[in-house]
Amino acid sequence: MSPDKLVRMANQIATFFRSKPHDEGVAGVADHINNFWEPRMRAQLFDLYAQGGEGLDALVIEARDKIRPVTQSA
Amino acid sequence: MRLIQETDFGTPASRTEKTVTLTVDGFEVTVPEGTSVMRASMEAGIQIPKLCATDMVDAFGSCRMCLVEIEGRRGTPSSCTTPVADGMVVHTQTEQLKGLRRGVMELYISDHPLDCLTCAANGDCELQDMAGAVGLRDVRYGYEGDNHVQTRNGDQPNMRWMPKDESNPYFTYDPSKCIVCSRCVRACEEVQGTFALTIEGRGFDSRVSPGMHEDFLSSECVSCGACVQACPTATLTEKSVIEIGQPEHSVVTTCAYCGVGCSFKAEMRGEELVRMVPYKDGKANRGHSCVKGRFAWGYANHKDRILNPMIRETIDEPWREVSWEEALSFTANKLKSLQKDYGKNSIGVITSSRCTNEETFLVQKLTRAVFGNNNTDTCARVCHSPTGYGLGQAFGTSAGTQDFDSVEHTDVVIVVGANPTDGHPVFGSRLKKRLREGAKLIVIDPRRIDLVRTPHVAASHHLPLKPGTNVAVMTALSHVIVTEGLMDEAFIRERCDWDEFQDYAEFVSDEKHSPEATEAYTGVPAGELRAAARLFATGGNGAIYYGLGVTEHSQGSTTVMAIANLAMLTGNIGRPGVGVNPLRGQNNVQGSCDMGSFPHELPGYRHVKLPEVREIFESLWGVEIDPEPGLRIPNMLDAAVDGTFKGIYIQGEDILQSDPDTHHVAAGLAAMECVIVHDLFLNETANYAHVFLPGSTFLEKDGTFTNAERRINRVRKVMSPKNGYADWEVTQLLANAMGANWTYTHPSQVMEEIAATTPSFANVTYDLLEEKGSVQWPCNDANPEGSPVMHVDGFVRGKGKFIVTEYVATDERTGPRFPLLLTTGRILSQYNVGAQTRRTPNSVWHDEDRLEIHPHDAEQRGIRDGDYVRLASRAGETSLRALITDRVAPGVVYTTFHHPGTQANVITTDYSDWATNCPEYKVTAVQVTPSNGPTEWQVEYEEQAKQARRIVHAEPAE
Repeated sequence: MSPDKLVRMANQIATFFRSKPHDEGVAGVADHINNFWEPRMRAQLFDLYAQGGEGLDALVIEARDKIRPVTQSA
Repeated sequence: MRLIQETDFGTPASRTEKTVTLTVDGFEVTVPEGTSVMRASMEAGIQIPKLCATDMVDAFGSCRMCLVEIEGRRGTPSSCTTPVADGMVVHTQTEQLKGLRRGVMELYISDHPLDCLTCAANGDCELQDMAGAVGLRDVRYGYEGDNHVQTRNGDQPNMRWMPKDESNPYFTYDPSKCIVCSRCVRACEEVQGTFALTIEGRGFDSRVSPGMHEDFLSSECVSCGACVQACPTATLTEKSVIEIGQPEHSVVTTCAYCGVGCSFKAEMRGEELVRMVPYKDGKANRGHSCVKGRFAWGYANHKDRILNPMIRETIDEPWREVSWEEALSFTANKLKSLQKDYGKNSIGVITSSRCTNEETFLVQKLTRAVFGNNNTDTCARVCHSPTGYGLGQAFGTSAGTQDFDSVEHTDVVIVVGANPTDGHPVFGSRLKKRLREGAKLIVIDPRRIDLVRTPHVAASHHLPLKPGTNVAVMTALSHVIVTEGLMDEAFIRERCDWDEFQDYAEFVSDEKHSPEATEAYTGVPAGELRAAARLFATGGNGAIYYGLGVTEHSQGSTTVMAIANLAMLTGNIGRPGVGVNPLRGQNNVQGSCDMGSFPHELPGYRHVKLPEVREIFESLWGVEIDPEPGLRIPNMLDAAVDGTFKGIYIQGEDILQSDPDTHHVAAGLAAMECVIVHDLFLNETANYAHVFLPGSTFLEKDGTFTNAERRINRVRKVMSPKNGYADWEVTQLLANAMGANWTYTHPSQVMEEIAATTPSFANVTYDLLEEKGSVQWPCNDANPEGSPVMHVDGFVRGKGKFIVTEYVATDERTGPRFPLLLTTGRILSQYNVGAQTRRTPNSVWHDEDRLEIHPHDAEQRGIRDGDYVRLASRAGETSLRALITDRVAPGVVYTTFHHPGTQANVITTDYSDWATNCPEYKVTAVQVTPSNGPTEWQVEYEEQAKQARRIVHAEPAE
């Protein structure tokens, strides 16, 4: 998927969790991505992180360490 | 098998608990107070002759056939209008009564044709039965003179005679056979609530008239069939009965259209379907129907139906008809080689919300157990996935909280983002009935749907919000309730998390959520919103019904949470008459979600990451289940364009027409190497398919559907599959061709597997369904008879959770290039992508999608009613004809998406709900300009579709 679309989807999740207390919000973003994003999408997100995470919401950036690494290949 | 004859008690049941005892012809009978003498007699097994009475409508007392004698009372009262009293002694057959009835009957028959032998109602005519019952032997008045029967009176034309009205495609109206009992008129009013029929004239001039002496098709008639069902003679008769004759056996089954899930008797002659008649014991529909379920089943025999498997190497080749063996081995080899080349996650499935629970279960099992991944999704992705997520978060489970009967106890109804009289017509009729009894209505919808003002129903408040501002409006309603202290504090303290509520109350009380502050961007007048909030909070039992106008937004899940907040805030959860009620789109969309069609959860809404849940299935299936969530439909298409997703098995879905951003869907499908479409017709998606597996209709298989009220209804086979196999058998054949060893011989065995693995279905068996007719899940040891109302003593998750719902404007915004907002919806006569209904005479009511546009916007653009217009968004453009109406507000345009020629989804974008990826169908920024006709895309598309549908037929075997 285009990086823009992935960034948009991640930021949409962050937008919802922004109204939560900060730590809960970070955990919420990570949980949501862990629960619903297929490994290919998470792999693409990690690629974006590796490239500096341009365009990603601060909450998404902070959630990085809580997002489950991708072990299997597509 | 036999023809199921439902008892007609003559008048509706009384709901009172107090009983009275009376004597009818010497038999003592005890019935609820308020019951009619006629009904009490029938309860005792004594049928009083009647013509104008039937238990679907209130007593009328016009035919004078049901006269009785009551000891101590003078005269011969009509039993239908006389309520029972304690100690009453009734005689239904005396010399006096016999004479009176015969006299009345004689008058009826003196103005009725005597063509019984060639009459379509022969064998199913109450007039005929009653003539027999009262012993009519002679008509002393003769048949000459003033009458409605003969075309000519002597050498003069008979001005009273009216020709048969055959304008409706499904039934005829023959005024010469009418006895003016007005059952049809009352059915139209009381059951359907359309008020299309009336009695014109007086005395001997009285005739049934659709509208102002119009024909049925030109009148307001919605062709629900209630009048036809009510008619005691051949005056209103199904054309199929006229053509075929009377049925000889019938089977109770479930409609395969919308999520109401009406029960019908399929009345048969051999394997030929004569008619579908709504079943009075059906708990969703209580004997009512709409034009789709009642009449629009002709697609099952349509010439477009594909009955043989077909394959092709590439999509520019014509289709080649092959044997089932060849098709299945071709498919299995392709899928296996894709997995070998591109990895096990390179293929997946889409389950069907039109197929049965058992079929859906097998399709998700195919991907989880045979393909070895979780790439399964279903059309709920694009409709109610936010309901699943939102209600799951708030209440702990993702289903509607009530049964449809609940509406009979409701005092205030909010309908938001739904159009029940078109989308869920039978529920719409039940709702209208309650509204006519005095319940109040609040409609929240950008468009003035019919319910806002319809005969004898008017909404107290219509909040015509701008598309995309649902969260702001729902939150503003809560703002008013909290800041004015109208919430149900006792309920909140007992049932919800009090700390979370306080956070929520603080959030919602902020001035920025007030109706005065939000009016600027929602467009909803603050005073009206405040009044609506007060009414909902203080008006008694409050129920919220919602549809895809809630879910299909960037903030769909958030709106669902806001709805849950509103229900909890006002204490409207856990008893009849209240609740949160998602109106599901397709017949089995609830079931397809329950059956584990989503890529992240196994049957029963349990996440695949949970080892204890995987273990249940792993031990039963003997496979290892991937703990990672799979791809959702939009993700599958993205992955296909990226080149990592290569093959898909699509059962009973037409994603090319139904999913948003058609260009993107087409690109995704075109990028795949093996697209398998399993359907009745060569649908739009099949233009990109390599394998076509012919499907079976709901008439051709056994199984179950689960409707919007969680009701598990039986689907029963009434004829053999014309394609050779029921759909569950085809999936099994495919699984086995891939190396599985499935050995199901009947869908009941699949249900056993569902019950064994899924706690909310633990006690569901076909035997139980046979015994009870239907059950609502959860159905387990705790609720052995099922659960009509959920969250009765506590929420499934424990304490109800208030969730902060911050409004965020969608990125899809109007601007100079695209200044209008497009929203989409359904119409009564067509269903979803129209694959079924377009192949029936329903198209006489709607043969094209039209663009509704406000006169102001039309005038600015020089558009006249009926003109072709070009409709463009940043995703694409199409053309269709304009319909100028003030139903939509200035700045908003609306269309349906039933016709592939229009391709409304060329316009919709790839924006989606933040939580579930449910597409934002309901908000697209567009421009509308005059046009000469189809766009280049439409022309190309039609040509491509024509090419893609070429078939080379197999040589017949020698």
